[in-house]
Amino acid sequence: MAAQVAAASRSGLRSALPLLAPAYLWLTVAIFLPLSAMVFFSLMTELPLSGKPWAFTLENYTAFFSQSLYLTLLLASLRLGLEVTLWCIIVGYPAAYVLAKVLKGRSREAIFLLVILPFWSNGLVRIFSWAMVLREGGILDTALNAVLPFKINIDLMYSYPAVIIGLVHSYVPYMVLTCYLTLQAIDDSLIEAGRSLGASRLQMLKRVIIPLSMPGLVAGAALIFVPVVGSFMEPRILGGRTGTFYGTVIEDQFVAVFNWPLGAALSFILLAVVLVILAVASPVLRRAM
Amino acid sequence: MRMPDLTALLTATAVLTSALAFAANADEVHVLNWKGYGADEPWATEAFEKATGNKVVNDFFNSEQEMLTKLRTNPGLYDVVMINAAFNDQAMAEKLIQPIDTSKLPNYADISKDKASSPMLVHNDKVYGVPWVWGLTALAINDKSFDKPPTSIAEMWDPAHKGRVTIRDDAVEAVQFGAIATGQNINDVKDMEAVKAKLTSLMPQIKTFWSSENDWNQMVASNQIDIGTYWSGSADRAKTHFKLPVSLVIPREGAVAWLDAFSIPVGSKNVAGAEAFINYMVDPKFYVEWVTKVGAPVSANTKAVEALPEDAFNRKVMGDPAVAKRIQFQAPITDAQREAYLSLWQQLKVNVK
Repeated sequence: MAAQVAAASRSGLRSALPLLAPAYLWLTVAIFLPLSAMVFFSLMTELPLSGKPWAFTLENYTAFFSQSLYLTLLLASLRLGLEVTLWCIIVGYPAAYVLAKVLKGRSREAIFLLVILPFWSNGLVRIFSWAMVLREGGILDTALNAVLPFKINIDLMYSYPAVIIGLVHSYVPYMVLTCYLTLQAIDDSLIEAGRSLGASRLQMLKRVIIPLSMPGLVAGAALIFVPVVGSFMEPRILGGRTGTFYGTVIEDQFVAVFNWPLGAALSFILLAVVLVILAVASPVLRRAM
Repeated sequence: MRMPDLTALLTATAVLTSALAFAANADEVHVLNWKGYGADEPWATEAFEKATGNKVVNDFFNSEQEMLTKLRTNPGLYDVVMINAAFNDQAMAEKLIQPIDTSKLPNYADISKDKASSPMLVHNDKVYGVPWVWGLTALAINDKSFDKPPTSIAEMWDPAHKGRVTIRDDAVEAVQFGAIATGQNINDVKDMEAVKAKLTSLMPQIKTFWSSENDWNQMVASNQIDIGTYWSGSADRAKTHFKLPVSLVIPREGAVAWLDAFSIPVGSKNVAGAEAFINYMVDPKFYVEWVTKVGAPVSANTKAVEALPEDAFNRKVMGDPAVAKRIQFQAPITDAQREAYLSLWQQLKVNVK
């Protein structure tokens, strides 16, 4: 009997193989191999491509601890990740709720389209359009001054808020989409039941809607937090002189000084830190799920 | 598709693409240079093709380190490479470039003697680099912000320009700029602490760091900056080509000068084509057209500079003996120095937070 089950599952695997093969082959070629190469590079003194003699070393990893610089930047990047995630929740969650529970039919489709629209444009184009909006004498500054009776001076460009604005704009659709899916799955009769039992709006939100939509919130937060911690394009373009983050330093190692070993080591330290954070948070997350 | 077929297919594709990439045609000249830096101007490559029958294939790099790596990893692919003279030594020592037979280059005789005989390009009486153009990393100003152009580098520290100053996001350039501001030799910085203190006090003045010509030009076009470090050729392009209110200022304290030269990589499959291309690049006709149409640094060819109008910036200002006296040419720097500069620069940028 057991043998039969095993045989059945084995033949199940065999018949599934043609379906799995393309994805796993692709993952092996596109992710596993380059990542292993990067692990290898991160342990070297020189890139083998450079033609210079090289040896294995842990120096690239100890470099992280030898200077306070990298730790400072890593903490700044983690803070940036938290702030952006928080703003995405504040902006995205209510929008997802309205989409899932308030709007119906055509208007829902229209609003939905507006949420996804930024996804269809190139990231760099989005950032440069923010640059036009945020700078002094830019679109926001001119528009506000045209409407307001008093003169204000808005120059958000090249500042920390500009980086937050740019990143929130890039990542908020993830939050809206994940929250929308879980919110939509909440049975309306649960909400009606709560109402008829005398729950206030706030109580409904706290006791029914947020707990039931938690998986979406958590998934959205993880999807946003991880890439934002390593982001480099938005800080570099929008952040000006305050735009140095952990991600931009890694980019410098690869592009400007061509020190791939150090860049790779810094990337893996970031990966390790993010994994530790997710591991520590996982009991909380599992309960939330 | 079964696995073995797919593997075979992938291997076949890989082999085919690499074969295509390396199958350099005999009458093709593969050129490695910065993007938008003369050698890839469509009118220029077209004229060269018409004159010599050699087709120009351009490839680009984003940093000197990337250029060196491309040479190391693609032996035989490139026929011409543009190398900053400060890196020529390293490329020669690694046997990436070969000696050039200058008798095949009719225009070589017109190259100014001090540049042609630069110890950075000539090793053991063999020429490893043909000087092409030189220029300065000096200051450029937004004409709208000044009634009269400043003369001193100290203008960058003037509180009147707080938040309207820009500097390139480059450790070596920043340190050498700091050395000039503290009256030191850019190739032999003795007092690093003074450079650090000087640059630290510059940080609050800065709007943002620039990394490409486009960054700089955008900021002037939207009137966001008053003054900043800039390359002489780029300032010329901003003025000529983009009609922006930009003027180059060579401060009395001095400026960083660099020399760009063409070399022929070891293993080039078309040395004759490479020689023809380099000769064309230092030709007065090409240079005048480049300056007029696009804007360029100063040619190392004296005849080419003389072919410019008398009041041309590259002739009048850059050719001024008084200017020549106060500029300092970049010499090669060691990896250890580079690392130390980068560490200082990163520290400065982090302390802004």
